[in-house]
Amino acid sequence: MIARLIEGVPRRALLLLGALLIVLIAAPLFASDYLLTVLILILYFAYIGQSWNIMMGFAGQLSLGHALYVGLGAYTAAALYVHFGIGPWFGLLVAVPVAALAGAFVGFLAFRFRVAGVYFAILTIALAEFARVGFDHLSWTGGSAGLFLPVAQFTHNDLWHLRGHPAMFYYILLAATVLALIFCRALLQSRVGYFWLAIREDEEAALSAGIDVFRYKMIAVVISAAMTSFAGVIYAFYYNNLFPEQVFHILRSIEIILGPIVGGIGTLFGPILGAVLLTGLAETLTAALNALGVDLPGAKQVFYGICLLLVIVALPDGVWPWLRKRIGLAERQK
Amino acid sequence: MPFDVYLNVAVGGVLTGLVYGLMALGLSVIFGVMRVVNFAHGEMMTIAMYIAVTLFSAFHLDPLIMLVPIAAVLFAFGYVLQVRLINPFITRPDTSQFLLLVAVAIIIVNLLLIVFGPDARTVQASYAYDSFQLGPLIVDATKLYAGLAAIVVAIALFAFFQYSQIGIAIRACADNYTGALVVGLDVKHLYALTFGIGAACVGAAGVMMVLIVDVTPALGPAYTLLAFVIVITGGLGSMPGALVGGVLIGLTEAMAGLLFTPSAKSMFSFAVLVLVLLFRPQGIMGKRAA
Repeated sequence: MIARLIEGVPRRALLLLGALLIVLIAAPLFASDYLLTVLILILYFAYIGQSWNIMMGFAGQLSLGHALYVGLGAYTAAALYVHFGIGPWFGLLVAVPVAALAGAFVGFLAFRFRVAGVYFAILTIALAEFARVGFDHLSWTGGSAGLFLPVAQFTHNDLWHLRGHPAMFYYILLAATVLALIFCRALLQSRVGYFWLAIREDEEAALSAGIDVFRYKMIAVVISAAMTSFAGVIYAFYYNNLFPEQVFHILRSIEIILGPIVGGIGTLFGPILGAVLLTGLAETLTAALNALGVDLPGAKQVFYGICLLLVIVALPDGVWPWLRKRIGLAERQK
Repeated sequence: MPFDVYLNVAVGGVLTGLVYGLMALGLSVIFGVMRVVNFAHGEMMTIAMYIAVTLFSAFHLDPLIMLVPIAAVLFAFGYVLQVRLINPFITRPDTSQFLLLVAVAIIIVNLLLIVFGPDARTVQASYAYDSFQLGPLIVDATKLYAGLAAIVVAIALFAFFQYSQIGIAIRACADNYTGALVVGLDVKHLYALTFGIGAACVGAAGVMMVLIVDVTPALGPAYTLLAFVIVITGGLGSMPGALVGGVLIGLTEAMAGLLFTPSAKSMFSFAVLVLVLLFRPQGIMGKRAA
């Protein structure tokens, strides 16, 4: 199994990956509180980017509404905790299926009725917006006034209820990001993965080759939605407050897709690199502006926009495929 | 509720819907000719709105007088955007065109946020509280002027595409790209003109819209979505469809605001979109399947 996973990966890449992992595991010991929050953000976006990449990068379906799954995961777990005292790990057992069902619903609507390409993207935006306005009016989850998780002074890290120091969230997200990377690698080497790539490259051809296109696109959207919702659960317990205007907003969906696009759509390391680059640079920019005493609320987003623009114009395949060649880590052709 | 309340709200919705229709017309023209989905459409509209608001607060220039100059500014913006940025993307997959315009949209929204701040800006025209009474019907002057102006601009646009040389040439590009190149049309220039015309449409719509709503940077993405909802409902690429879709969505929003709550009105437009995508993906007035 492991031998199969690392087949074709240059030894140097494995060594670098191992070194990176060790650095990341040790990081909370040395990082300041501020740096830790930045690292948490990076891992959060790396993980969600990886989840989104399954749909867009592997199966070729552009979803611009992934905030829907983050929000559903976050709201389901948080509401269960607030109303019934059900902890996040049991909440996960409800939140993930809820998001997977929502993904199945989106997929069924779109793929059954042949809504494709840009139309599909607009449908996903519309459904996320639908959820945003819906949750605004759903009093059970606090409506537009927001849903708040009780915050206590933490004396110890309670992993079971996800109450505690940011370092705990850091390790959870690190584990999730690593598992997602391994899982995506396994997916790409599986039958499903090959079918996805065939669908991405040419849906008609895939269909005529006998691939059940509808079924495999459904699998992509359900897996992607389920994985994304886990990040939503973590989001809810990390920030302790949820507002429909924030979690379901179109800008959240766009933030999710920026990392993988900048890093390289369809690559395994692209979402991770993209998250590091974007979040790292954006936080540096914010810190620099703060140091200069300038408070510009939109500056970070303008920066995101310019990055996206530059990457799409200059490096349409993303930074990682370009960088990989430069540092001699290109995967050997089988 | 008495019947005339419904009637009044419906008329208001239809008039607002005409302005929506003009906004969507711009999107539809751009898509119909170039097959490029302008994801920065609502953001371009807010640019026009902010120009109108700024001119009004600085020089007391009435938005309706400034309609043509502001539309001209937006035309130039659209022309340059197409020539400089979008043209190399014409042959790229539509998702990368889409993402390019997402980037443009993000930049516009946040530049407006930096320059004008998050607070709502408004235009207090001298006729802001006037209204016309027609039997049981009371129509806001601002909405009436905006709706009428939208109709005038739409008619001018139809005439342009139907009768002028350039309009006919643009339609030729839309019908057959290679054919247009073969007969010697300057397709790059015509595409840029088209994007400019689309931008001018949405600019004109924006100027009318400041009479009806307050402007914030966050309106941009909301209007982009609304324009998509409208053109898909009406039929992407169909010019009459954009107007019909606009009126339908304006009416839906107004009625939803009356019968439920105004803040939930966009849910109903999204519901209309989902229904249309499912049962008539080519839109109400669209010809071909998507």
